Amino acid sequence: MKYADILNKYPFPQKVKEEINSELEKFNVKKTQARKIVERCFQAYLQNLIEPGEPAGIVAAQSIGEPGTQMTMRTFHYAGVAEIDVTLGLPRLIEIMDVRKNPSTPMMTIRLAEDYAKDREKAREVANRIEATYILDIAEVVTDIRNMQIIIKLDRVAMERKQISFEEVKKKIEKGLKESVLEDEEKMEIIIQIKEPSYKTLLSTYEKLRKMVIMGIKEIRRVIIRKEEDEYILYTEGSNLKKVMKMKGVDFTRTITNNIYEIYEVLGIEAARNAIIREAKSTLEEQGLEVDDRHIMLVADAMTSGGELRQIGRHGVAGEKQSILARAAFEMTVNNLLDAAVRGDVDRLSGITENIIVGQPIKLGTGDVELISKIGSKK
Amino acid sequence: MIPKRISSIRFEVLSPQEIRRMSVSKIITPETYDDDGFPIEAGLMDPKLGVIDPGLRCKTCGGKAGECPGHFGHIELAAPVIHVGYAKLISKLLSSTCRECGRVLLRESRKEEFISEIERRKSLGQEYEGVVKEVFRITKGIKKCPHCGADQFDIKFEKPTFIYEGEHRLTPKDVRERLERIPTDDLLVFGLDPKAVRPEWMVLTVLPVPPVTVRPSIILETGQRSEDDLTHKLVDIIRINQRFIENKEAGAPQLILEDLWELLQYHVTTYLDNEVSGIPPARHRSGRPLKTIAQRLKGKEGRFRGSLSGKRVNFSARTVISPDPNLSIMEVGVPITIAQELTVPIYVTPSNIEEAREYILRREHPKANYVIRNDGRRIRVLDLNAEEIAERLEPGWIVERQLKDGDIVLFNRQPSLHRMSIMAHYVKVLPYKTFRLNPAVCPPYNADFDGDEMNLHVPQSLEAQAEAKILMAIQEHILSPRFGGPIIGGIHDHISGLYLLTRGERKFNREEVIYLTRRLDIREIPEPKYKDDDLWTGKQIFSTILPEISLEYKAEICQGCEECKGENCEYDAYVIIKKGELLKGTIDEKSVGAFKGIIIDEIMRKYGPEETRKFIDNMTQLSIRAIMNTGFSFGISDEEIPEEAIQQIKEVLDGAEKKVDELIQQYREGNLEPMPGRSIEETLEMKIMQELGRARDKAGKIASKYLGMENSAVIMAVSGARGSMLNLTQMAACIGQQSVRGERIKRGYTYTNRTLSHFKPGELGSRARGFVRSSYKEGLKPIEFFFHSIGGREGLVDTAVRTSQSGYLQRRLINALQDLKVDYDGTVKEQTSNLIVQFKYGEDGVDPMKSFRGKAVDVRRIMREVLGEEFEEIEAKEK
Repeated sequence: MKYADILNKYPFPQKVKEEINSELEKFNVKKTQARKIVERCFQAYLQNLIEPGEPAGIVAAQSIGEPGTQMTMRTFHYAGVAEIDVTLGLPRLIEIMDVRKNPSTPMMTIRLAEDYAKDREKAREVANRIEATYILDIAEVVTDIRNMQIIIKLDRVAMERKQISFEEVKKKIEKGLKESVLEDEEKMEIIIQIKEPSYKTLLSTYEKLRKMVIMGIKEIRRVIIRKEEDEYILYTEGSNLKKVMKMKGVDFTRTITNNIYEIYEVLGIEAARNAIIREAKSTLEEQGLEVDDRHIMLVADAMTSGGELRQIGRHGVAGEKQSILARAAFEMTVNNLLDAAVRGDVDRLSGITENIIVGQPIKLGTGDVELISKIGSKK
Repeated sequence: MIPKRISSIRFEVLSPQEIRRMSVSKIITPETYDDDGFPIEAGLMDPKLGVIDPGLRCKTCGGKAGECPGHFGHIELAAPVIHVGYAKLISKLLSSTCRECGRVLLRESRKEEFISEIERRKSLGQEYEGVVKEVFRITKGIKKCPHCGADQFDIKFEKPTFIYEGEHRLTPKDVRERLERIPTDDLLVFGLDPKAVRPEWMVLTVLPVPPVTVRPSIILETGQRSEDDLTHKLVDIIRINQRFIENKEAGAPQLILEDLWELLQYHVTTYLDNEVSGIPPARHRSGRPLKTIAQRLKGKEGRFRGSLSGKRVNFSARTVISPDPNLSIMEVGVPITIAQELTVPIYVTPSNIEEAREYILRREHPKANYVIRNDGRRIRVLDLNAEEIAERLEPGWIVERQLKDGDIVLFNRQPSLHRMSIMAHYVKVLPYKTFRLNPAVCPPYNADFDGDEMNLHVPQSLEAQAEAKILMAIQEHILSPRFGGPIIGGIHDHISGLYLLTRGERKFNREEVIYLTRRLDIREIPEPKYKDDDLWTGKQIFSTILPEISLEYKAEICQGCEECKGENCEYDAYVIIKKGELLKGTIDEKSVGAFKGIIIDEIMRKYGPEETRKFIDNMTQLSIRAIMNTGFSFGISDEEIPEEAIQQIKEVLDGAEKKVDELIQQYREGNLEPMPGRSIEETLEMKIMQELGRARDKAGKIASKYLGMENSAVIMAVSGARGSMLNLTQMAACIGQQSVRGERIKRGYTYTNRTLSHFKPGELGSRARGFVRSSYKEGLKPIEFFFHSIGGREGLVDTAVRTSQSGYLQRRLINALQDLKVDYDGTVKEQTSNLIVQFKYGEDGVDPMKSFRGKAVDVRRIMREVLGEEFEEIEAKEK
């Protein structure tokens, strides 16, 4: 930073420092004037600081909740990649706040390692390894009821495209089914002979076969390759961060999913916090709603500050409140009271709802000041 | 005086002894009143339980109705019954303790381990529910007691209150006996507090009878008494209880006794909770389910959410709102009838006693309605007694005087989604019957005047009035904390008006200028720009209300040309304001609109709330006069386009329909190439939608070309005052594709796959799937009308579902975050647990409301101020 020496005299946050510096550099301001500007900036910064006692939580909740009424309910829409449907708008926001373990439309953005990113063929190869391939994608399956057989007629062209060999398919089928497998490499056929002569087994084996993942990751239903700027990026429908990160050719440092719970499990709580912020922000932005980052950050921090992901609601932040009265006023009134009684719980009346309920001033803003001046006393 | 505070509330289970101890009367008879209408002693309306009839006195405390809080009684149950709320816990306790010795089925050392873990978590303020669950899980499977060696059997629980041991059903009496055997020391391992509960208390032997004040009876017009639901339920309990005793004394067979016992259990269960699964709810004679204890507490209208967290209030008013551009944004017009009813208290002191006396003696509007004497008695001030009261008035009394101009009040519109939904206004008493407000404050309330009603509250204490004036005043809420931009600003006609005033070089003569500026709070009018003709420009007039600010930006009407010509913009869309002088550009939504208003934002930051309020007031006054001076109207003839335009639109739409037919043709022949990752059908649909969408846009372009820039609707759309070009397109050219869930309309006759019987089976053409060719002006064909209403219905359903969903989301967010506050050290803490949620609020400690659209410091503005001319030179070069 060119103006570091001036800026470092002031206790600015790093981000603000960088911003002032870049602006100053853009205009190539003289040092003397820069000093003046920085001083003014600092005055402005001090003025813009939030005041103690401010109910930051309520303001954040309102700032995110209020635009909710203006959001669309349309579940499916196209974002970025036209080929993949993504849940957007209010349902998505609710999903984020609920910390659903299985979001309705999981999606991944996979970036590739250097030697794979530039080459379409190589990117295709990685995509093949990731995308779940079912037997019906590469073969025609016929059930022969008379001989109690399932005949798999492999399609050479499809296999070529998927870069999978006859051997591999056979192995996979042998491993996945308990039935005996015959092969005919000439005709590209695999025949499964059902041992037990019952139609039920035949049918269930067929079902099993149909659902079997021959290659790729089960959760990932589809992969789309797109060129962005000068590198190929994979977009997937369905998500499995753990497996994808291990995949060869994937640059796992730049690979993300929109499944927040998965990020929490694989990468930890800090990553989950960032994921919540990113997802909530992009959801709001896509709807054209302006919400300050600080509000979203506060929500994300409240959800993650306990070290594990907690949802906004009964089974999370609101449900783990210390106060019995606050919990009773939120949801599950009767159960909360009954449980509190046998546990001999004590409500310390330190939060908002509790004090409203008993009719006392709350400890926020002007109610948080404990200084009292004595008027009229001479002493 | 420092007010007293309740420091904490402890929750415990009532023991039978305690229930008896707090009881003032044992209730034994189900009768309530005798034939003369007097309450029966030892009945449910026992006068010892408190009074509800005015005039009578309580037999326990001697208080009158309203003074006596009521006193509990009790019922001695003939046989123990299980408390529904604890049935599940009881069954868990039974399966985790020995059926013989009653001790927990864990070795002593194991038990100690669990207890110390629970203690540890308790001391850290952590949840210990998990440990307790583990105890129940482990002990459930144990078949032999580690203490006495007795064999254990499976305990099964059946909703709502049945407990089985193997196949054998346990009576509440058996249950209670077993629970009695559980040693106090073992309670800790189940997470129970020995000081708060003994397990056997969860099986009721005595039932507390709530005071009559809790279940008052009401007297109907017919003179009949109608009892509260709780009383009804208690009558049932006592009746069965008495029958049980009689039968037992008479030596009735065990079977009958068991039936009665079960019935008693049923009544006690439904008395506590009438919505438990597994049994039918107890009903009133009319068939309505009774509202018993749990129902009173639960839910939105329950005790907690309906009576404790929120209450009905006095000193409030509600009526329809209507606009009044002549009011300042900080005012609210209050109808005289309301002003005469609402009051503000004057706390009489030696220094204001004369003023108070004057109000008492007045005969009209701002007069006193009531006085409250030192002893708390409230006296109505009438013409008759006014002089007497004024005579006797002394310091310490409170005079309640009517609302008058200049009083501070809170104004609110539901749903109160953010803090700007309740703001403080100054009263302006006006004739007629509606609340009036300046239309510029509509956006924060999200109000319009199609019949909206709003509420008004009068703060009563001086402290509340001060807080309202300082914290809740309108001008303190011009900037929204949501995004750090203005939320109060011009709307609709304000924007059209200023657009008409400032666009291009419109000239105004002296008379017009005087008309335009007469209501403005300004000192002088500038020199006319065209001195010879004595003419001013619109831009000059607008500049009179501007404080000294300098700005440069692209206006809303900016067409987004490929190369911006800056100040030489041909559309006059590049705004330049220098030292409070509008030099170039048109004022529109981007300049003064709510949510966008760059000028408002700038004034707020440079000069603060008061100056901004003045600007908005001036701006509304000027704009209203500007639009009236020009005249502005919109009618159906404004949607008219010439014949040649209609012809062109027809061609475009014909072309599109033909293209769609071609696409369908391709699809039928199997020549359609699917898009990656899509089926052929999906591809076809997407392509058709695209094609038709494009056609509609083209039609719109043609229409807007022929409408021209002088058209009122076009002016409103481009300036951002109201409506969009899409609305215009639909009115003048073509309504376009109707959709359900983002797809063309395809539901209808499933078997033949067509939407209406007017089409061939499986027809996919544009008309058959909901494309509306007509414009609103032309009118819709019957089939089009049908499709249009399908699309319209989806919109309505969507809104209805959305409001409830987002309302619940907001409630959850508020509940989860309400205890977070910024501390003196800049950290964000959770108040109840004192846990730090953020070390520095928002990572930089900046208030989003004061931030410049999210930025901590507006560096550019400071640089412009410091560098002056130099800055502009460099900025110009940058382009």
